[in-house]
Amino acid sequence: MSPRLDEIWVYLSTTPLLGLTLTLLAYQAAFWVYKRCGFHPLANPVLISVALLASILLVTGTPYQTYFDGAQFVHFLLGPATVALAIPLYAQLPRLKAMALPLGIALVIGSLTAALSAYGLGALLGASRESLMSLAPKSVTTPIAMGIAERLGGLPSLTAVLVISTGILGAVGARYIYRLLRIEDHAVRGFAIGIASHGIGTARAFQVSEQTGAFAALAMGLNGLATALSLPWILPWIEGLLGR
Amino acid sequence: MLGALTLLLVFQLVGEVTARAFALPIPGPVIGMALLFLTLVVRGGAGDDLRQTAGTLLQHLSLLFVPAGTGIVLYGSRIADEWLPLGVALVGSTALAIAVTALVLNALTRRRAAAGIDEERRS
Repeated sequence: MSPRLDEIWVYLSTTPLLGLTLTLLAYQAAFWVYKRCGFHPLANPVLISVALLASILLVTGTPYQTYFDGAQFVHFLLGPATVALAIPLYAQLPRLKAMALPLGIALVIGSLTAALSAYGLGALLGASRESLMSLAPKSVTTPIAMGIAERLGGLPSLTAVLVISTGILGAVGARYIYRLLRIEDHAVRGFAIGIASHGIGTARAFQVSEQTGAFAALAMGLNGLATALSLPWILPWIEGLLGR
Repeated sequence: MLGALTLLLVFQLVGEVTARAFALPIPGPVIGMALLFLTLVVRGGAGDDLRQTAGTLLQHLSLLFVPAGTGIVLYGSRIADEWLPLGVALVGSTALAIAVTALVLNALTRRRAAAGIDEERRS
Protein backbone atom coordinates (compact mmCIF):
# COMPACT_ATOMS: atom_id res chain seq x y z
CA MET A 1 0.00 0.00 0.00
CA SER A 2 1.21 3.52 -0.77
CA PRO A 3 1.42 5.79 2.27
CA ARG A 4 -1.71 7.60 1.08
CA LEU A 5 -3.85 4.44 0.93
CA ASP A 6 -2.39 3.38 4.24
CA GLU A 7 -3.53 6.64 5.80
CA ILE A 8 -7.01 6.24 4.37
CA TRP A 9 -7.23 2.70 5.75
CA VAL A 10 -6.10 3.85 9.19
CA TYR A 11 -8.80 6.52 9.10
CA LEU A 12 -11.54 4.15 7.92
CA SER A 13 -10.71 1.45 10.47
CA THR A 14 -11.14 3.92 13.33
CA THR A 15 -14.59 5.29 12.38
CA PRO A 16 -17.90 3.43 12.48
CA LEU A 17 -18.59 4.55 8.90
CA LEU A 18 -17.00 1.57 7.15
CA GLY A 19 -18.64 -1.17 9.24
CA LEU A 20 -22.04 0.49 8.94
CA THR A 21 -21.79 1.11 5.20
CA LEU A 22 -20.50 -2.42 4.52
CA THR A 23 -23.43 -3.91 6.46
CA LEU A 24 -25.98 -1.94 4.42
CA LEU A 25 -24.19 -2.64 1.12
CA ALA A 26 -23.98 -6.38 1.85
CA TYR A 27 -27.66 -6.44 2.78
CA GLN A 28 -28.66 -4.51 -0.37
CA ALA A 29 -26.68 -6.97 -2.48
CA ALA A 30 -28.18 -9.95 -0.64
CA PHE A 31 -31.70 -8.57 -0.97
CA TRP A 32 -31.14 -8.02 -4.71
CA VAL A 33 -30.15 -11.71 -5.05
CA TYR A 34 -33.15 -12.76 -2.90
CA LYS A 35 -35.50 -10.76 -5.15
CA ARG A 36 -33.91 -12.13 -8.34
CA CYS A 37 -34.50 -15.66 -6.96
CA GLY A 38 -38.22 -14.89 -6.58
CA PHE A 39 -37.91 -14.71 -2.72
CA HIS A 40 -36.85 -18.34 -2.57
CA PRO A 41 -36.17 -19.28 1.09
CA LEU A 42 -32.75 -20.74 0.20
CA ALA A 43 -31.62 -17.27 -0.94
CA ASN A 44 -32.26 -15.93 2.58
CA PRO A 45 -30.86 -12.37 2.78
CA VAL A 46 -29.44 -12.80 6.31
CA LEU A 47 -27.52 -15.89 5.19
CA ILE A 48 -26.09 -14.17 2.11
CA SER A 49 -25.20 -10.94 3.97
CA VAL A 50 -23.44 -12.83 6.78
CA ALA A 51 -21.50 -14.96 4.27
CA LEU A 52 -20.42 -11.83 2.37
CA LEU A 53 -19.38 -9.89 5.48
CA ALA A 54 -17.62 -12.83 7.13
CA SER A 55 -15.62 -13.41 3.92
CA ILE A 56 -14.64 -9.72 3.77
CA LEU A 57 -13.50 -9.74 7.43
CA LEU A 58 -11.51 -12.96 6.98
CA VAL A 59 -9.89 -11.91 3.69
CA THR A 60 -8.90 -8.42 4.91
CA GLY A 61 -7.93 -9.67 8.38
CA THR A 62 -10.26 -7.15 10.02
CA PRO A 63 -11.14 -8.00 13.66
CA TYR A 64 -14.86 -8.55 14.31
CA GLN A 65 -14.83 -5.88 17.04
CA THR A 66 -13.65 -3.24 14.53
CA TYR A 67 -16.50 -4.16 12.20
CA PHE A 68 -19.06 -4.27 15.02
CA ASP A 69 -18.10 -0.77 16.22
CA GLY A 70 -19.82 0.45 13.07
CA ALA A 71 -22.47 -2.25 12.67
CA GLN A 72 -23.74 -1.74 16.23
CA PHE A 73 -25.94 1.10 14.97
CA VAL A 74 -27.93 -1.42 12.95
CA HIS A 75 -27.77 -3.95 15.82
CA PHE A 76 -29.21 -1.32 18.18
CA LEU A 77 -32.43 -1.07 16.14
CA LEU A 78 -33.35 -4.63 17.24
CA GLY A 79 -34.69 -3.06 20.46
CA PRO A 80 -37.21 -0.59 18.97
CA ALA A 81 -38.11 -3.21 16.30
CA THR A 82 -38.98 -5.68 19.07
CA VAL A 83 -41.21 -3.04 20.71
CA ALA A 84 -42.80 -2.30 17.31
CA LEU A 85 -43.99 -5.93 17.06
CA ALA A 86 -46.85 -4.88 19.38
CA ILE A 87 -48.55 -3.16 16.43
CA PRO A 88 -49.10 -6.13 14.06
CA LEU A 89 -49.89 -8.17 17.15
CA TYR A 90 -52.68 -5.79 18.10
CA ALA A 91 -54.11 -6.09 14.58
CA GLN A 92 -54.63 -9.83 15.25
CA LEU A 93 -56.34 -9.30 18.61
CA PRO A 94 -59.74 -10.82 17.66
CA ARG A 95 -58.13 -14.04 16.41
CA LEU A 96 -55.78 -14.16 19.37
CA LYS A 97 -58.68 -14.04 21.80
CA ALA A 98 -60.52 -16.78 19.94
CA MET A 99 -57.44 -19.03 19.90
CA ALA A 100 -55.99 -18.27 23.35
CA LEU A 101 -56.14 -21.81 24.78
CA PRO A 102 -54.77 -23.71 21.74
CA LEU A 103 -52.01 -21.08 21.41
CA GLY A 104 -51.09 -21.48 25.09
CA ILE A 105 -50.84 -25.29 24.80
CA ALA A 106 -48.85 -25.11 21.54
CA LEU A 107 -46.52 -22.56 23.17
CA VAL A 108 -45.62 -24.79 26.12
CA ILE A 109 -45.10 -27.92 23.98
CA GLY A 110 -43.25 -26.09 21.21
CA SER A 111 -41.00 -24.14 23.56
CA LEU A 112 -39.92 -27.27 25.46
CA THR A 113 -39.42 -29.22 22.22
CA ALA A 114 -37.15 -26.51 20.81
CA ALA A 115 -34.88 -26.25 23.87
CA LEU A 116 -34.79 -29.86 25.04
CA SER A 117 -34.33 -31.46 21.62
CA ALA A 118 -31.38 -29.13 20.94
CA TYR A 119 -29.84 -30.02 24.29
CA GLY A 120 -30.57 -33.73 23.85
CA LEU A 121 -29.22 -34.06 20.30
CA GLY A 122 -26.12 -32.04 21.18
CA ALA A 123 -25.45 -34.09 24.33
CA LEU A 124 -26.01 -37.38 22.46
CA LEU A 125 -23.39 -36.44 19.86
CA GLY A 126 -20.88 -35.24 22.45
CA ALA A 127 -20.98 -31.44 22.39
CA SER A 128 -19.09 -29.71 25.22
CA ARG A 129 -21.07 -28.39 28.19
CA GLU A 130 -20.34 -24.76 27.23
CA SER A 131 -21.71 -25.43 23.75
CA LEU A 132 -24.80 -27.22 25.13
CA MET A 133 -25.65 -24.31 27.41
CA SER A 134 -25.18 -21.91 24.49
CA LEU A 135 -27.35 -24.17 22.30
CA ALA A 136 -30.37 -24.66 24.59
CA PRO A 137 -31.93 -21.17 24.19
CA LYS A 138 -31.25 -21.08 20.42
CA SER A 139 -34.92 -20.74 19.37
CA VAL A 140 -35.38 -17.53 21.32
CA THR A 141 -34.75 -14.02 19.99
CA THR A 142 -31.06 -12.97 20.27
CA PRO A 143 -31.13 -10.58 23.28
CA ILE A 144 -33.19 -13.01 25.43
CA ALA A 145 -31.14 -16.04 24.38
CA MET A 146 -27.86 -14.34 25.27
CA GLY A 147 -29.19 -13.54 28.75
CA ILE A 148 -30.35 -17.15 29.30
CA ALA A 149 -27.05 -18.62 28.06
CA GLU A 150 -25.13 -16.43 30.49
CA ARG A 151 -27.27 -17.65 33.37
CA LEU A 152 -26.74 -21.29 32.36
CA GLY A 153 -22.96 -20.95 31.97
CA GLY A 154 -22.81 -20.85 28.17
CA LEU A 155 -21.07 -18.32 25.92
CA PRO A 156 -23.47 -15.46 25.05
CA SER A 157 -21.74 -14.50 21.81
CA LEU A 158 -21.69 -18.14 20.60
CA THR A 159 -25.41 -18.22 21.44
CA ALA A 160 -25.95 -15.20 19.16
CA VAL A 161 -24.42 -17.14 16.26
CA LEU A 162 -26.45 -20.30 17.04
CA VAL A 163 -29.65 -18.26 17.39
CA ILE A 164 -29.11 -16.66 14.01
CA SER A 165 -28.28 -20.01 12.38
CA THR A 166 -31.51 -21.40 13.85
CA GLY A 167 -33.45 -18.45 12.47
CA ILE A 168 -32.02 -18.97 9.01
CA LEU A 169 -32.66 -22.74 9.13
CA GLY A 170 -36.29 -22.15 10.12
CA ALA A 171 -36.82 -19.45 7.49
CA VAL A 172 -35.30 -21.72 4.83
CA GLY A 173 -36.89 -25.02 5.86
CA ALA A 174 -40.35 -24.24 7.27
CA ARG A 175 -42.05 -24.18 3.89
CA TYR A 176 -40.97 -27.78 3.15
CA ILE A 177 -42.10 -29.02 6.56
CA TYR A 178 -45.53 -27.39 6.10
CA ARG A 179 -45.88 -28.92 2.66
CA LEU A 180 -44.94 -32.36 4.00
CA LEU A 181 -47.36 -32.12 6.95
CA ARG A 182 -50.08 -30.36 4.89
CA ILE A 183 -50.29 -27.33 7.19
CA GLU A 184 -52.21 -24.62 5.31
CA ASP A 185 -53.48 -22.19 7.97
CA HIS A 186 -51.45 -18.96 7.94
CA ALA A 187 -51.93 -18.47 11.68
CA VAL A 188 -50.59 -21.97 12.44
CA ARG A 189 -47.67 -21.54 10.03
CA GLY A 190 -46.74 -18.19 11.55
CA PHE A 191 -47.00 -19.40 15.14
CA ALA A 192 -44.81 -22.47 14.54
CA ILE A 193 -42.07 -20.55 12.73
CA GLY A 194 -42.11 -17.87 15.44
CA ILE A 195 -41.66 -20.51 18.18
CA ALA A 196 -38.84 -22.30 16.37
CA SER A 197 -36.95 -19.46 14.72
CA HIS A 198 -37.78 -16.14 16.42
CA GLY A 199 -37.11 -12.85 14.57
CA ILE A 200 -35.59 -14.23 11.37
CA GLY A 201 -38.51 -16.64 11.02
CA THR A 202 -40.81 -13.69 11.77
CA ALA A 203 -39.11 -11.54 9.13
CA ARG A 204 -39.69 -14.35 6.62
CA ALA A 205 -43.30 -14.77 7.82
CA PHE A 206 -44.05 -11.06 7.24
CA GLN A 207 -42.99 -11.58 3.61
CA VAL A 208 -45.60 -14.33 3.27
CA SER A 209 -48.55 -12.43 4.77
CA GLU A 210 -49.46 -9.90 7.45
CA GLN A 211 -51.32 -12.58 9.41
CA THR A 212 -48.44 -15.09 9.27
CA GLY A 213 -46.10 -12.34 10.46
CA ALA A 214 -48.32 -11.27 13.34
CA PHE A 215 -48.68 -14.83 14.65
CA ALA A 216 -44.93 -15.35 14.28
CA ALA A 217 -44.30 -12.14 16.24
CA LEU A 218 -46.70 -13.31 18.95
CA ALA A 219 -45.03 -16.73 19.16
CA MET A 220 -41.58 -15.17 19.29
CA GLY A 221 -42.55 -12.86 22.17
CA LEU A 222 -44.31 -15.62 24.13
CA ASN A 223 -41.49 -18.11 23.56
CA GLY A 224 -38.98 -15.53 24.78
CA LEU A 225 -40.95 -15.15 28.01
CA ALA A 226 -41.62 -18.88 28.43
CA THR A 227 -37.99 -19.93 27.82
CA ALA A 228 -36.52 -17.17 30.00
CA LEU A 229 -38.78 -18.26 32.85
CA SER A 230 -38.46 -22.06 32.50
CA LEU A 231 -35.03 -23.01 31.13
CA PRO A 232 -32.87 -21.77 34.05
CA TRP A 233 -34.91 -24.16 36.26
CA ILE A 234 -35.41 -27.13 33.97
CA LEU A 235 -31.93 -27.54 32.51
CA PRO A 236 -29.98 -27.85 35.80
CA TRP A 237 -32.61 -30.38 36.89
CA ILE A 238 -32.11 -32.46 33.72
CA GLU A 239 -28.33 -32.24 34.11
CA GLY A 240 -28.77 -33.56 37.66
CA LEU A 241 -30.85 -36.48 36.39
CA LEU A 242 -28.22 -37.33 33.78
CA GLY A 243 -25.49 -37.11 36.43
CA ARG A 244 -23.46 -34.61 34.41
CA MET B 1 -42.11 9.26 11.97
CA LEU B 2 -40.01 11.02 14.59
CA GLY B 3 -42.88 10.95 17.08
CA ALA B 4 -43.44 7.22 16.52
CA LEU B 5 -39.72 6.42 16.82
CA THR B 6 -39.56 8.40 20.07
CA LEU B 7 -42.55 6.47 21.39
CA LEU B 8 -40.91 3.11 20.55
CA LEU B 9 -37.69 4.16 22.30
CA VAL B 10 -39.62 5.40 25.36
CA PHE B 11 -41.36 2.00 25.64
CA GLN B 12 -38.02 0.23 25.26
CA LEU B 13 -36.52 2.44 27.97
CA VAL B 14 -39.42 1.79 30.34
CA GLY B 15 -39.01 -1.93 29.61
CA GLU B 16 -35.27 -1.87 30.34
CA VAL B 17 -35.77 0.06 33.56
CA THR B 18 -38.56 -2.32 34.68
CA ALA B 19 -36.41 -5.39 33.94
CA ARG B 20 -33.51 -3.99 35.96
CA ALA B 21 -35.60 -2.60 38.81
CA PHE B 22 -37.30 -5.97 39.43
CA ALA B 23 -34.31 -8.12 38.34
CA LEU B 24 -36.54 -9.87 35.76
CA PRO B 25 -34.90 -12.45 33.45
CA ILE B 26 -36.91 -10.97 30.54
CA PRO B 27 -35.16 -8.42 28.26
CA GLY B 28 -36.36 -4.83 28.30
CA PRO B 29 -37.60 -4.65 24.67
CA VAL B 30 -39.91 -7.65 25.25
CA ILE B 31 -41.41 -5.92 28.31
CA GLY B 32 -41.69 -2.76 26.19
CA MET B 33 -43.54 -4.73 23.51
CA ALA B 34 -45.97 -6.12 26.11
CA LEU B 35 -46.57 -2.64 27.57
CA LEU B 36 -47.16 -1.09 24.13
CA PHE B 37 -49.56 -3.94 23.30
CA LEU B 38 -51.53 -3.26 26.50
CA THR B 39 -51.53 0.47 25.72
CA LEU B 40 -52.97 -0.24 22.26
CA VAL B 41 -55.67 -2.45 23.78
CA VAL B 42 -56.63 0.31 26.24
CA ARG B 43 -56.48 3.09 23.63
CA GLY B 44 -58.22 0.99 21.01
CA GLY B 45 -55.57 1.11 18.26
CA ALA B 46 -52.42 2.70 16.87
CA GLY B 47 -52.31 5.97 14.93
CA ASP B 48 -51.24 6.13 11.26
CA ASP B 49 -47.80 7.49 12.16
CA LEU B 50 -47.02 4.63 14.53
CA ARG B 51 -48.39 2.01 12.11
CA GLN B 52 -46.28 3.34 9.23
CA THR B 53 -43.07 3.62 11.25
CA ALA B 54 -43.50 0.12 12.71
CA GLY B 55 -44.23 -1.20 9.20
CA THR B 56 -41.03 0.31 7.81
CA LEU B 57 -38.93 -1.03 10.68
CA LEU B 58 -40.40 -4.55 10.49
CA GLN B 59 -40.12 -4.72 6.72
CA HIS B 60 -36.34 -4.64 7.13
CA LEU B 61 -36.19 -6.82 10.24
CA SER B 62 -33.77 -9.25 8.51
CA LEU B 63 -31.11 -6.54 8.19
CA LEU B 64 -30.99 -6.07 11.96
CA PHE B 65 -29.67 -9.63 12.54
CA VAL B 66 -26.72 -9.27 10.17
CA PRO B 67 -24.17 -7.67 12.59
CA ALA B 68 -24.67 -10.35 15.29
CA GLY B 69 -24.65 -13.15 12.68
CA THR B 70 -21.30 -11.98 11.34
CA GLY B 71 -19.95 -12.84 14.82
CA ILE B 72 -19.59 -16.36 13.40
CA VAL B 73 -16.01 -15.36 12.46
CA LEU B 74 -15.13 -15.50 16.18
CA TYR B 75 -15.97 -19.19 16.51
CA GLY B 76 -14.17 -20.81 13.60
CA SER B 77 -12.20 -23.33 15.68
CA ARG B 78 -15.03 -24.32 18.04
CA ILE B 79 -17.34 -24.87 15.08
CA ALA B 80 -14.63 -26.91 13.32
CA ASP B 81 -14.28 -29.10 16.45
CA GLU B 82 -17.98 -29.53 17.21
CA TRP B 83 -19.62 -29.13 13.82
CA LEU B 84 -21.43 -32.46 13.96
CA PRO B 85 -23.25 -32.16 17.31
CA LEU B 86 -23.93 -28.44 16.76
CA GLY B 87 -25.17 -28.96 13.20
CA VAL B 88 -27.39 -31.96 13.97
CA ALA B 89 -28.79 -30.25 17.08
CA LEU B 90 -29.60 -27.06 15.16
CA VAL B 91 -31.18 -28.73 12.12
CA GLY B 92 -32.94 -31.51 14.04
CA SER B 93 -34.38 -29.40 16.81
CA THR B 94 -35.48 -26.55 14.53
CA ALA B 95 -37.35 -29.00 12.28
CA LEU B 96 -38.85 -30.78 15.32
CA ALA B 97 -39.95 -27.52 16.97
CA ILE B 98 -41.67 -26.32 13.78
CA ALA B 99 -43.35 -29.68 13.10
CA VAL B 100 -44.49 -30.34 16.69
CA THR B 101 -45.82 -26.80 17.26
CA ALA B 102 -47.65 -26.75 13.90
CA LEU B 103 -49.18 -30.22 14.40
CA VAL B 104 -50.34 -29.47 17.96
CA LEU B 105 -51.85 -26.11 17.04
CA ASN B 106 -53.39 -27.50 13.85
CA ALA B 107 -55.03 -30.39 15.72
CA LEU B 108 -56.35 -28.09 18.47
CA THR B 109 -57.75 -25.43 16.14
CA ARG B 110 -59.21 -27.94 13.70
CA ARG B 111 -61.06 -29.76 16.46
CA ARG B 112 -62.33 -26.41 17.66
CA ALA B 113 -63.40 -25.40 14.14
CA ALA B 114 -65.20 -28.75 13.75
CA ALA B 115 -66.95 -28.24 17.10
CA GLY B 116 -68.01 -24.78 15.95
CA ILE B 117 -69.53 -26.24 12.77
CA ASP B 118 -71.40 -28.88 14.83
CA GLU B 119 -72.84 -26.18 17.07
CA GLU B 120 -73.96 -24.21 14.06
CA ARG B 121 -75.70 -27.27 12.61
CA ARG B 122 -77.43 -28.02 15.90
CA SER B 123 -78.71 -24.49 16.34
